[in-house]
Amino acid sequence: MRLFLFSFIYLLGLTALQAATLAEYTFEDPAQDEDFREIIEEMRCLVCQNESLAGSNAELAIDLRNEIYDMMKGGQSKGEIIDFMVARYGDFVLYSPPVKPSTYPIWFGPLIVFLIGGVVLFRIIKRKNQSSETELSEAEQQRLEKLLNQSNEQRDTNQ
Amino acid sequence: MNRYLRYSVPLIVFGIIAVFLYKGLGMNPREIPSPLIGKSIPEFSLPSVESAQTMINDQNLKGKIYLLNVWATWCVSCRAEHDTLVHLARSGKVEIVGLNWKDERVKAQAWLQQLGDPYTVNIFDQKGRTAIDLGVYGAPETFLVDADGIIHYKHAGPLTLGVFNETLLPMINDLKAKGS
Repeated sequence: MRLFLFSFIYLLGLTALQAATLAEYTFEDPAQDEDFREIIEEMRCLVCQNESLAGSNAELAIDLRNEIYDMMKGGQSKGEIIDFMVARYGDFVLYSPPVKPSTYPIWFGPLIVFLIGGVVLFRIIKRKNQSSETELSEAEQQRLEKLLNQSNEQRDTNQ
Repeated sequence: MNRYLRYSVPLIVFGIIAVFLYKGLGMNPREIPSPLIGKSIPEFSLPSVESAQTMINDQNLKGKIYLLNVWATWCVSCRAEHDTLVHLARSGKVEIVGLNWKDERVKAQAWLQQLGDPYTVNIFDQKGRTAIDLGVYGAPETFLVDADGIIHYKHAGPLTLGVFNETLLPMINDLKAKGS
């Protein structure tokens, strides 16, 4: 329990620490502040690839945050900053890649798989419904009756 | 026939997934295609590792094919790579320009003195601003640059003789053939 409490406080401390490192970036215009936070949330830290620029404490992430901060202070727009980053680090720096031929598979692949699954499912359901509704042919009906009689006779003799 | 087909569907799907997963095993997540290939190296003006008074800019580097190697003394892989660079420099197959990244001048100088200096030019990028323009996200990284300052290839991670002989050397020979 004590260990749990300790780790909990420790984690709280960590989040506070991170908030502190981002608090140094201040803007007079709240819209700019929002843009800045959006940009660094949307950008991947290339050193630790599963962290955003906002969440990473890697040296490069800090440098890039400072660079983006300076650019925003210099009056550059969100679009200009995104172009700046993509020109240097490629689309990989963006967490949501732009829609273009080379990224069609990741954007539309899931939809296509979903559609294929839907068609297959539909066909299976349809076939099941059909097979349960099909009536027995005359020959099959006769055979069924014969089998039923047989089993009844067997049961009689067993008794 | 239809039955065989139906039972083979899961096998085929499994096969496709297996191929993708197997390919994924061999892929290096650190190798990110550089958008700078085919473009000029960024403009810069930085001091040399040797002296804060000596300035080097991108124009100084024009007129020769070279490898631009980004390194630092705090980078363990750079230490592993260094002997290969020294070996390559001695072989005379290609010139190597060093970009010392976010480092301390004294440490960089000591490194080159102790381990040998494979670089014809030593650029000192203490703030890492030029490295950002080069899209550097880790050290070491090596760029192949032609006489006009155009980047033709980028290798992330330690350069090995294998990578050099198989990938870079043919490209260098191609460039030389075109240049003459």
